[in-house]
Amino acid sequence: MLCRAACSTSRKLVPGLGALGSRLKHSLPDLPYDYGALEPHINAQIMQLHHSKHHAAYVNNLNIAEEKYREALEKGDVTAQVALQPAIKFNGGGHINHSIFWTNLSPNGGGEPEGELLEAIKRDFGSFKNFKEKLTTVSVGVQGSGWGWLGFSKEQGRLQIAACSNQDPLQGTTGLIPLLGIDVWEHAYYLQYKNVRPDYLKAIWNVISWENVTARYMACKK
Amino acid sequence: MQLHHSKHHAAYVNNLNIAEEKYREALEKGDVTAQVALQPAIKFNGGGHINHSIFWTNLSPNGGGEPEGELLEAIKRDFGSFKNFKEKLTTVSVGVQGSGWGWLGFSKEQGRLQIAACSNQDPLQGTTGLIPLLGIDVWEHAYYLQYKNVRPDYLKAIWNVISWENVTARYMACKK
Repeated sequence: MLCRAACSTSRKLVPGLGALGSRLKHSLPDLPYDYGALEPHINAQIMQLHHSKHHAAYVNNLNIAEEKYREALEKGDVTAQVALQPAIKFNGGGHINHSIFWTNLSPNGGGEPEGELLEAIKRDFGSFKNFKEKLTTVSVGVQGSGWGWLGFSKEQGRLQIAACSNQDPLQGTTGLIPLLGIDVWEHAYYLQYKNVRPDYLKAIWNVISWENVTARYMACKK
Repeated sequence: MQLHHSKHHAAYVNNLNIAEEKYREALEKGDVTAQVALQPAIKFNGGGHINHSIFWTNLSPNGGGEPEGELLEAIKRDFGSFKNFKEKLTTVSVGVQGSGWGWLGFSKEQGRLQIAACSNQDPLQGTTGLIPLLGIDVWEHAYYLQYKNVRPDYLKAIWNVISWENVTARYMACKK
């Protein structure tokens, strides 16, 4: 569903806490495919750890941080709010980024985009080949942990490639709308590709869901 | 250990040499723009080389246990107890967001030990002025194949191979 694809977080109602009423909490989205579905490009062990441990931890820690932030807001405690910002950015960014990532990948993925997205890629990067090389280079070149992104700039009405550190969310830090993310934290590939990040990049193009990236592009072009 | 040393550290060394060669050319031409553009590569690969060179000496098959003598006295003075120090360095190292290092360092200015965290391969002394005594690499490549996402288990384990002899030697050298 487009809403699920375009919305970066999913929430479910949890029972109210006494007189405070119900609280919305973030929850771990289901993976749209089995852990082994992206093999041989990304193996099942990585997908299982990545989704059920790493992403789950971001969700849990985000909920904890938001709860503390709510208390700080109610007390008007600015110092506490500022102190909580790194936890919100890190875990919130982690939740947003991975929620997008799972939908960007598909066992039926690979190949090239078509239609309007392909036209935009040609217009803004020269060719699909140029775009692919550039996003690969940027992703491989991230120093430390981070993400490579294809994003859309509403201001300029064009596609842009960007890198973010750690779990910094693309839109929150740059204003670009995220279309396609490549996770280059070592946990995303190390068990299979070890230190050879370029091999992981070569492989991941085989499982990119151009259907999903196109849907995200069409949604933000409006 | 094999990947960490022969691939990761080796890559920092190779890329540092390449970056320094380019930097030398930029210096000779008086090209400031090029020099500034090369800074991230120098910091990242130079820091990676410095950090890992220290790290290998901080570890030992004969390691573990607790420090003695002057280093232990300094730890008690600056952290309350060895137990407190160990808990603090562990917490700081586990808490690094993304890639980085936990450090025990020495502040010449204040004449005391300090715990600090650095991002990526930022070298402790170059970025904070603290003299590095003991580093804990918490990049995922340092533990993932064995400990997966459970960084705290790696931290628990690493205390068994810390060479207090080496950390003491580093402390005595910078105390002068």
